[in-house]
Amino acid sequence: MARDYGVLWLQAGSCGGCTMSALAADDVGLTRALGRFGIRLLWHPALSEESGADAVAILDDIAAGRVALDCLCVEGSVLFGPEGSGRFQVLSGTGRSMKDWVAALAAKARHVVAIGACAAYGGMPAAGDNSTDARGLAFSGGDPGGALGRDFRSVSGLPVINVSGCAPHPGWVVETLAALAAGEFGPERLDSLGRPRAVADHLAHHGCSRNEFYEFKASAARPSDRGCLMENLGCRATQAPGDCNIRRWNGSGSCTDAGFTCINCTSPGFESPAGPFQETAKIAGIPVGLPVDMPKAWFVALAALSKSATPNRVRTNAHADHVLVPPARRPPKTP
Amino acid sequence: MTVTSRLIVGPFNRVEGDLEVTLDIQDAVVAEARVTAPLYRGFERILLARPVSDALVIAPRICGICSVSQSVAAARALARVSGTDQPANGRLAADLILAAENAADHLTHFVLFFMPDFARSCYAGRGWFEAARRRFAADLGEASRSLLPARARFLHLMGILAGKWPHSLALQPGGVTKAVDAAERLRLLSIIGEFREALETVVFADRLENFAALDSLAALAAWADARPMDHGDARLFLHIGRDLGLDRLGRGPGLLASSGSFGLFAAGLWNADGGGLGPFDPARITEDVACAWMAGDAPLPPFAGLTLPDADKPGAYSWCKAPRLDGKVVEVGALARQVVDGHPLARALVGAGGGGSVLARVVGRLLELARLIPAMEDWTRNLRPGEPFCLAPPDTAVTGAAIGMVEAARGTLGHWLSARDGRIAAYQIVAPTTWNFSPRDAAGRPGALEQALVGTPALPGEASPIAVQHVVRSFDPCMVCTVH
Repeated sequence: MARDYGVLWLQAGSCGGCTMSALAADDVGLTRALGRFGIRLLWHPALSEESGADAVAILDDIAAGRVALDCLCVEGSVLFGPEGSGRFQVLSGTGRSMKDWVAALAAKARHVVAIGACAAYGGMPAAGDNSTDARGLAFSGGDPGGALGRDFRSVSGLPVINVSGCAPHPGWVVETLAALAAGEFGPERLDSLGRPRAVADHLAHHGCSRNEFYEFKASAARPSDRGCLMENLGCRATQAPGDCNIRRWNGSGSCTDAGFTCINCTSPGFESPAGPFQETAKIAGIPVGLPVDMPKAWFVALAALSKSATPNRVRTNAHADHVLVPPARRPPKTP
Repeated sequence: MTVTSRLIVGPFNRVEGDLEVTLDIQDAVVAEARVTAPLYRGFERILLARPVSDALVIAPRICGICSVSQSVAAARALARVSGTDQPANGRLAADLILAAENAADHLTHFVLFFMPDFARSCYAGRGWFEAARRRFAADLGEASRSLLPARARFLHLMGILAGKWPHSLALQPGGVTKAVDAAERLRLLSIIGEFREALETVVFADRLENFAALDSLAALAAWADARPMDHGDARLFLHIGRDLGLDRLGRGPGLLASSGSFGLFAAGLWNADGGGLGPFDPARITEDVACAWMAGDAPLPPFAGLTLPDADKPGAYSWCKAPRLDGKVVEVGALARQVVDGHPLARALVGAGGGGSVLARVVGRLLELARLIPAMEDWTRNLRPGEPFCLAPPDTAVTGAAIGMVEAARGTLGHWLSARDGRIAAYQIVAPTTWNFSPRDAAGRPGALEQALVGTPALPGEASPIAVQHVVRSFDPCMVCTVH
């Protein structure tokens, strides 16, 4: 490595969960996981020693151009309210809104990375009537624009990179920053909503441990059932970008593996579904949210066929919280 | 003549969320403090009119470090409003998930948030400085190099039981969505065992049970002196605390409250000024908005509470409301839990001065860590694979009102839910740091931290006085929960 790649991390209108998730990165912690790629945290609100005046001095130096900034990471949505003033979040010790700090520092950064669904699209604070005017950096919901404006490009020329998710997998954060630091990241690596394709080219459904239940449409009816969560319990994994079930979370976990529904937290607007999060919206008994690239008629036909072919083992286990019927064993061959 | 100078301190690194403190300083000590929570996101409004079960998705996202605690409070409120019960396995698994968050948070606070202040150059020359620097220099010290991996491996428990951390949907009114099988039960024991090893090797350098059994100030002092001062990070802290007089720093209000937790720590209200133990009654809680940027008049019980932001309100200085119990200021947290539960060392630590101190709060957390891990081992052994982990979901078209209380790592958390025809009609949240970091109320009573900061040294030339930072961080504030 020629020199360190310096990252400044700000927490805007956030819950801090992206940082908490990232703290478990690679089972060693964010600093060490990033350090392996020559990435250094110039300042992070939860991890750095500097506090108060010392911290503000770092931000001032960057905003004034006295210190070069490779990457600005923003966690949390940018709050424009009330009435465009940004006063729902004033960076303490500065008397200045976080909205203004983000704009000033983003203008100096070679790369700007939105950490989590809030910074990417607005996220949970933007739910409902969005009374705080919460925005993502480059999007408000799925609409381009956001806090920095639709024409924003960082000094490198790249748009904001949206490491979405609530919270994102620590690997998504580390690997995106590592690719940026290594100079390997071009615009072709982003999908249409600014997400790294390394993550977004997969679906949360891929690798789901409930795969066999999905194939046979053997569906869970209530929490803790082992069956597929899509038909009744609101699972959106067949539409949700993410490698959630290919790589695992906190060791061996994933949402669907732990028996609860994917809420599509990597997508804009996930915070405001039409119905309850944990119920599947249906029209005439058919789920509304079918896989995005599958003709509906085919899906319905295949679902009917597979339901009629469901083995008793799969049907029974789908409605239990542990295996009631083990797989059949072939009888030993007689010589 | 005494000159008063004003100092505004912030941002506070190594607290969860953002915080600003305004200090009026006389004769190099804090005469008055005002605590500002500078972020408002409006979760209580976001929850309005949503289907009641959506609280299980929305509430945990208030906070990335107390996410499970928010889930548990929401699930309990939903269970109570709908009359839902949980099977034994569901209760045990939920307790394990909550205890894992509490324990991981205590460790994170000690290693990453609190101790690095003793590695700052202002302490160069102290007898313990080299050890503190080596162990706790922010983000690079030996302690974080060994304990962050231990924390991450411990959170593998969340992978098995809750899918991920933070922000899980595993915790439901009727239990948990994940049933543990026989092999997973053994893996859980292995994970907890590995964490015990790390704590007993690095943090305590002793058996957890030995530390939890310390029953007096004399026993604590003897334990600290039994080995070299850097033999375990807890011991190093005790030596630093003795040298800096941390038992006399950051005196909190004499009322300490706990809603009880796990059936392991009792509920109650402890009056350190001689009143002893009384009941903790959530019905006596009100929230005052006199100094909050919130519209409203008289203090209201949370069931009648409103969240109406008013950024231009004269005299206000925080987004945080001021919760009071019977009109009084209380302190919550691990220390309060251990004091209320009657742990003799915790009682002695507050008895010595009539309230919490920096030392007492940190020892309270270490005691709880030492008590939680053995309990988690027992709960895991008591899981019964094959028996139910979750009962049928409640009727979603519910109407009624209920409180969901839980002890988060940082103290008592309550959700006040009112439901009408299956929709959320009102939702008010009073979080641990809402209690501890509240602003003044209409009667002018300062909040717990505001009281604790009075008398704290703020030396000439200190832009961010180090003793103030010790007091603030001793509460382990979670500012994102505070206002939500």
